[in-house]
Parts: sequence; structure tokens; C-alpha cells
Amino acid sequence: MENEEPRIGVFVCECGVNIGGYLDTQAVADYALTLPNVVHTKVNKFTCADSGQAEIQEGIREHNLNRVVVASCTPRTHEPTFRACCKEAGVNPYQFEFVNIRDQCSWIHMWDWEGATAKAKDLVRMGVARSRLLEPLEESSVPVDQNVLVIGAGVAGMQAAIDFGDMGYNVYLVEKGPSIGGRMARFDKVFPTNDCSICILGPKMVEVARNKNINIMSYSEVTDVDGFVGNFEVTVLHKPRYLDTDVCTGCGACQEVCPVELPSEFNENFGIRKAIYIPFPQAVPMRAVLDKDNCIGCKACEKACEAGAIRYDQEAIYEKLTVGVITVAVGMDAFDPLPHNNYGYGLYDNVITTMEFERLLNAAGPTGGHVVRPSDAVEPITVGFINCVGSRDVNENIYCSGGVCCMFSIKNAQLLKEKRPETNHFIFYMDIRSTMRGFEEAYNRARDLGVKFIRGKPVEITEKENGNVVVRVEDTLKGEITNVELDLLVLGTGLVPNEGINEMGAILKLPRSADGFLTELHPKLAPVDTTTDGVFVAGCAAGPRDIAYATAHGSATAGRATRLLSVGSAPIMGITARIDEDKCVVCGVCVDKCPYGVFEIVGTNGDRRINVVEALCKGCGTCVTACPTGALEQSHFKNDQVLAQVRNVFQYGGE
Amino acid sequence: MAEATAAETTGTDEWQPKIVMFCCNWCSYGGADSAGMGRFQQPPTVRVIRVMCSGRMDPVFILNAFLEGADGVLFSGCHIGDCHYVNGNYKATIKYKFLKAMVNELGLEDERLKLDWISASEGERYAEVVTEFTEQIKKVGPSPLKPEGVV
Repeated sequence: MENEEPRIGVFVCECGVNIGGYLDTQAVADYALTLPNVVHTKVNKFTCADSGQAEIQEGIREHNLNRVVVASCTPRTHEPTFRACCKEAGVNPYQFEFVNIRDQCSWIHMWDWEGATAKAKDLVRMGVARSRLLEPLEESSVPVDQNVLVIGAGVAGMQAAIDFGDMGYNVYLVEKGPSIGGRMARFDKVFPTNDCSICILGPKMVEVARNKNINIMSYSEVTDVDGFVGNFEVTVLHKPRYLDTDVCTGCGACQEVCPVELPSEFNENFGIRKAIYIPFPQAVPMRAVLDKDNCIGCKACEKACEAGAIRYDQEAIYEKLTVGVITVAVGMDAFDPLPHNNYGYGLYDNVITTMEFERLLNAAGPTGGHVVRPSDAVEPITVGFINCVGSRDVNENIYCSGGVCCMFSIKNAQLLKEKRPETNHFIFYMDIRSTMRGFEEAYNRARDLGVKFIRGKPVEITEKENGNVVVRVEDTLKGEITNVELDLLVLGTGLVPNEGINEMGAILKLPRSADGFLTELHPKLAPVDTTTDGVFVAGCAAGPRDIAYATAHGSATAGRATRLLSVGSAPIMGITARIDEDKCVVCGVCVDKCPYGVFEIVGTNGDRRINVVEALCKGCGTCVTACPTGALEQSHFKNDQVLAQVRNVFQYGGE
Repeated sequence: MAEATAAETTGTDEWQPKIVMFCCNWCSYGGADSAGMGRFQQPPTVRVIRVMCSGRMDPVFILNAFLEGADGVLFSGCHIGDCHYVNGNYKATIKYKFLKAMVNELGLEDERLKLDWISASEGERYAEVVTEFTEQIKKVGPSPLKPEGVV
């Protein structure tokens, strides 16, 4: 087959008017027929549709094609489709070549018919030249380890772990904090139904703990991930809690006697926790944790602990795990208005954030559910909420946090109004984004309750002597500037990437988008897949989203990953590095250049040679460029294949 | 109708350079696609060749492009720190330094070779890079290495 004379078919897609409307597809096809080894061309309305694929297969049969070139959209989305189509009709998938004339031609030269047509002809000529040299390749596969890693135990990660566990796979659920539960554990109630957050999350946390297939690794972090789909080598750091979690009963006697009082992170720094503490009343695992940085070493806790669980000399432990697939659900942070003192936050006592308000509203919070203002602990009568703080703002983040902060403000105003009907509420907004099911109804309920909505972005916040704050805003619906005096101002802060996301992205080799969140493989058609095979992303790690969305994503990652787990093997691309031992002088440059450890020098003296572990190769081709003797080649991106494209950018004398 | 519109806009005789651009599969090729999805218009001067990683960009490819007649060569990968293959883009910067020197040896102007990082989400920036580089090459004019009769 390799020595067979190439018989190339070129299929030019109109993509409706997406290509056909901006360049001359028929002229491109006619031109292709003049190129060496091209024996068949056809213009398709939609090459990727059933009818288009049938035309490819018909062409293969009728013209005995052994190579196929499709000039259409982009290999990033459609290469697998056409490869499968070719394979079905007996053409090796690696003897299919993609020419991008839509995303990189018709769509970017929309008002240059001749320029776009000429470019498309060049691109097809380059593709045909490469196609002539393409070799048939066989895909290999690797076994998939049946263990699963879930990073992050917020609601998305918990749901993923439950689904994996229920399907019978062993799950390591790694959580940075001392308890699972994530952000949702800190909310008072959740929109649009106003369910008590911990009342619906608590049972789910218990479900995770009870699931025999889930190993909760709380107070632990993933520090390194090596390997590849099916065989990831993971290093997990178990931070010392300074107590034996097998012995600790979570009774809380230690925190009662501890004399050190610190701001409570769980309560957004309102209220206190001790240096040794139970993270929160519903924590899973229900175990204490000692904050050694703030411990004064009085050993009161050791005396109080009847179980004898305290271990002051405990050290960090690094554990190695092998897993087949990974779900990353590292979540988000709320925008921090402190550095820029947005809307007077940090300057005026009675300007607080939504998350702080959540804890004040919560019956188990630091004030027992009484919303009080920080300056004098008085219950406020007039409360304002500013939306889009840190979102839809060119000075902070341009993206919208998906309506999450709109709904937070609406819900919180409503809850306080219901609790204390004598209160007045103002929501300052640019647009209300109540897009999901039940959200608009919740918005209407708030209006019916008397919450006042003022459409305008506040321009100035000032503080009065009594601690009240005055919001100066243009009511853009009335067209007038008003000053609203408030007892308490709440900032509806947007969602931003988790502070550890860059590190996590680097560990898992996942790219971040311009907004800083992790990038999905495709925003619409592969929303939980990533560019790293075997790694899936759930929840707010890949953008602002609400609880329902995050939970669905958690399940989705389990579903996508189970395709690999249940089959038990994962395909390895055929684009790996190959070595020609006759040319290799065992200099070892490739050993240094390869980031995956594909190459190793084996043998001694005269028998030294390079051993290539193909399953480790991810197909970057860096080694080929570095090899001084030309002994290495990357299949499907061989030097002569790329050079054929380079040479065919140009031609003598035009057509 | 599109044809009529095009005739109006391509009536100029201005010289158009031919630029070869190497893109890595994960970032800059994605950036080129994003430019398309966002319909960020740019001159049709660039011919993109896809490799998996900027680390695969062999100096031989780039020197060949000049010898065959390229007026300019762009090469692009993921931003430093974002490489899909850990650090292939860093290795590309080493080749770039070497190539810059080689380009001068060949008697070509510095401006004809450029390395720029473009992420998969930077469609608008991709179009800007292409447009600016095209303008830059128009200023230096056709490559003196271009073989006679080549377009």
C-alpha cells in the first residue's frame, strides 16, 4: 500500500454560504483537478453531513482513491469525522488531509472574493502536496487504570465522585480544605427556590462519606501529575492536621479549651475560630485541624482530648497514586473588592460583600442569623445591593458572571425582606440576567415584595458620620441623578478563577482562557473535555456558573470518563516519534528535550542504543527538531511532509 | 452578489506579500480559527502550516520558506507557561534566536521573521498580528531571495 501511486480525491465544502458565499468553491475544485495525482474532485454543499460523507465514500469507491483531501472548516473540530468516514470506505485515516478554507480563509476575507479564492487554491495545493506523502498509520491503545482522581470537593467534584463511585470505580477525592463541601457549604440559601443550602448539601456530603468507593483525602493537595491517559501518576500532599484522624472523634473539646481566637474563614472573617477547630458544624470528615502557624503550644487541647488524638510532631506526607482518568473541579473565588476599594469596600465599615452577607443571614452564622451592620452591630433598615462588582467592568473583568450575582442580590434582598418586613431594599443594576429556569419568577417575587430596582451603575459612595453610606447613582430609566442613603451596602461580587488555577493548569497541562478560567476542548460540543486526554473539567473551574450547572457538569465528567474506564483502553494517536537506529549515534539530546521521558539510553559501551517508549509520546515533535543526525521522525509530521507544504505555498508563474 | 462586492474591493494593484506562518495545533492554530469564528478580517497574505507544537518548528522549515520565496515568515505557539507540551515554546525561543542570526546571514532584513505567542482564545489578536506583519513586510518590499517567476 505504501508504494501505491497516490490517487487523491479533493472535496471542497461550501458549508452553505459560509464558504461558498465568499470564495469560488467550483474554481478551487477545478484547480485541484490540475494538480498531480488528483483524480477526482467534487464540491459538496455540506461535506460533513451524511450526504457529503456519502459523496466522499462514493468517490473513494468509483475512483479507487487511496488518499482524501477535504477543504472545509477546521481539523480541530472535524478531523475525527472525516477520518472515520475514510476508514469506513477503506482509506487509512492518516491518509486523509484537512485543508482549512473556512475559519482561516472565507470567514476572514469576507469582502475579498478573488484574494480568498486564490488563497484557498494555494492551501489546497499545499494540502495535496502533503497528502501525496502521507503514510498509513495504525493507532495503538493503552490500558486504562480503573482508579479515578477527582480534584476539588465542592458540589461539582462531589457529584463526580458520587457518580464514579456508584458506577463501581474507586475514587480519590482530593480536597485542599479540611472539609468537603466547597463554596456551597457557606451559602445561607440558594436561588431560585430559596432552599437552605447546607440542608440540601449536607446529605450529599454524607453520601460521599458513606460511599465505599470514595476515598476522601481532605486537607490534601495534588502537587504533581505525570503520565498520560489511562496511566496518570499522581502525587498528593497530605498536609499535617497535627492529629490522628483515625482517633479524633470530632467532639470539639479541643476547640473549647484553645485560648487562641482567630477570624473564622468559614464565616468570611466575621466571628472567630480557635487555633484548633472543627471547620464547621456539618464538616465531612468531622475532624479537627490544628493551625500550627497560630498555635502557641500551650497543649491545652492535648489535655482536653480524651481520645488522645493530638500529634504535634505530625509531618506532611506525599502519597503516590495511579489513576486512569481525572476530573478537575477546583472551583472559583468571589471577586475581592479590597485591593481597589471598589465602592468604598475596606474604607467604610458598612460596605460588605455578598458572601459576608450570606454568613450574616445564616442561622448558624456568627450572628445567629441576625443581619447586623459591622460599624455598630445594629440591624439595618435600608439595605442596598450593587450588582456587577468586578464583573462587566473594563477595569476589572469584562465577562458577566452568568447571572449568579444578579440572582444572589435578588435572593438576599428577598430573604431579609421576608425575615424583617420593615426593611427597605434597593438593587442597583445594569441589566438583570435572570436567564435560567425559575430565575425570572424569583425576580418577580422580589419586586412584588417591594424590593426597588434602580437601573444604573453607582458613581460615588460616601460615608456619613452615623456610619450610613450614600450611593450616588444615575437612574437611567428616569434619567435623573439620585442619592440613596443606606444603613448597609452589599456588593454583588462576581466570580473569578480560583487562586490556585494557574498552578493546577500547569500541573495538568491545561490552557487557561483570556478570562483566566480553564479552557474546555470545545465550548459547545465538548464542554467538560479538555485538551489533555483523560482529564475532564467540572464546575466553576471552567467559568462562572450556578449550582445546578456545576452539578450537571460533575455528572457529565463521570459520564465522559466512564467511556474510557468501561472499555478499559484508550486510543493513542499515531503521530508519535519513531527512531531510525541506523542513523542514531546515541548522543542523548532527545533524552534531554523530551518532557515526557519517552527516550532512555539502554545498554553499555558498544551496545548503547535509545529505547523509545511510544505510549508516553504525546506527539509534539520537539525531539525531531533537536536530533542532530535526522534519526528521529514524527509520524504524520515528517520533515518531507511539512517541507512539501512549505514548497507548495509558492508556484512558478501562477496558474 | 458577493462577487460584485469583491470586485469593488480588490481593484487595487498594490503588491501583496506572501507570508508563511507556522502555528502550533493547540494555541495559535486555535487562535487562527477563533479569528474566523469572530470574523476578524485580515489581508489574505498568510498561508498557515500546522505543526503540533512550536517546539517542532525546525529552522530548516523556515529557511526553506525563505529560499522558496517567502516575503516573510511568522511563527507562533502558546504563551510561555501555557505550552500544551510543557515547554516546547521555550525551546522554540532558542531556535528563534539562532534563526534571527541566520536570516541576517542570508542577506534578509530582520523584519522578515517574527515570533509571536497567540493563545487559542486570542482571535482578535491573531488578526492584528497578521495585519501588522503584512504592513511591516509591505514596507520592506519583496524578498530579494525570491526566485525569478515565483508567486
